[in-house]
Amino acid sequence: MKQPASTPPRWTRDEMARHVAQDIADGAVVNLGIGLPTLVANHLPPGREIMMHSENGVIGMGPASVAGEEDYDLINAGKQPVTLLPGGCFFHHADSFAMMRGGHLDVCVLGAFQVSVSGDLANWHTGAPDAIPAVGGAMDLAIGAKETFVMMEHLTKGGESKIVAACTYPLTGIGCVSRIYTDLATIDITPQGLRVIDMVEGLDLAELERLSGVPLKAA
Amino acid sequence: MIDKIVATPADALADVPDGATVMIGGFGTAGLPNELTDALLAQGARELTIVNNNAGNGDTGLAALLAAGRVRKIICSFPRQADSHHFDRLYRAGRIELELVPQGNLAERIRAAGAGIGAFFTPTGYGTELAKGKETREIGGRWYVLEHPIHADFALIKAERGDRWGNLTYRMTARNFGPVMAMAARITVASVHETVELGVLDPESVVTPGLFVQRVVRVERALTQAGGFKAAA
Repeated sequence: MKQPASTPPRWTRDEMARHVAQDIADGAVVNLGIGLPTLVANHLPPGREIMMHSENGVIGMGPASVAGEEDYDLINAGKQPVTLLPGGCFFHHADSFAMMRGGHLDVCVLGAFQVSVSGDLANWHTGAPDAIPAVGGAMDLAIGAKETFVMMEHLTKGGESKIVAACTYPLTGIGCVSRIYTDLATIDITPQGLRVIDMVEGLDLAELERLSGVPLKAA
Repeated sequence: MIDKIVATPADALADVPDGATVMIGGFGTAGLPNELTDALLAQGARELTIVNNNAGNGDTGLAALLAAGRVRKIICSFPRQADSHHFDRLYRAGRIELELVPQGNLAERIRAAGAGIGAFFTPTGYGTELAKGKETREIGGRWYVLEHPIHADFALIKAERGDRWGNLTYRMTARNFGPVMAMAARITVASVHETVELGVLDPESVVTPGLFVQRVVRVERALTQAGGFKAAA
């Protein structure tokens, strides 16, 4: 429907991850959702000490295990073997989700199918009749941090905007997303509407708004 | 004398009745009480309601229990996985009931059962399909959903070390659901890799106090693959 006239310039996934990483403050406690958000860990600026939380009961999580050193009792939410930094610790599932629900995490970065202009998030289920639903920690994470960032491609493969007036996929959480990082732009969700705080070089606000199909203003 | 140590997983699970609600610990490869799940399969109980984060992987453990047609209902957060084919088949054929619960609500509902909480209001899931038909309330300007505890007849969990009073320690992220499931079940069976004399476990480091545990069974550590501890090279 909103097929671009020509392919717009895009940031790579690593560039998107770098944008997210730059906005994570020294000392923050962060949960990275599975998929695209895990790339953020590779781009944390040097000199910042950031505590990584994983829903399965670990904080102070380090990088992925090197081959041959895996310990399958120490895994992340994506079920990949990881490491523990000095100072890191373990806790049970109820405590882990209390950390989210109780507002103890600073930032959560999630992937999404759709985000609405009011910050509603849809990222757990396509709603297709033959799809087997699986939610995992998505709904807890969506509402469980001081700031919920979404990291996603701006457009679907068909060229439709994933930023929408109202989500058509089943909701994960209401009004929970504060900022969207895409391959075209970084956009704040404010009570006054969407504010573009960064945009890929070669794209202008009018074209971004046309592609997005929702009202956008410069920050 | 209190001695909760039993000789074998089969002994530990001999009295699981048909229709029982059984919690099974584990998340991903960590903390799955595989020896206990295998013993439950061999034991033969039917019409089970299973509480687990997932709905079985591959062809072993919980997946084997599903494949054998022994599970009537599963309460979990994340059934669909690349290798959840036994669940997928039963679900699509309408031969298993699924209660899908956001993971944090699952953990808290289990904890609530163990803590004697009648029900609780949680913000997770508010306004979503998974809160449909549930009571909601605005408290302090935020909306919440009423969730009820999940009680169980048995909990099968994996710990690291245990003593004859049932005190347990865990190993890294294998802890996951173990401590809350231990609280929520009438009979908690813990597999451990080491049984020790009373007083050996550092009292400051005991994670699950023994009163939450009814049976402890020692199993060999699987020095193997995904699914268990891997020995340092």
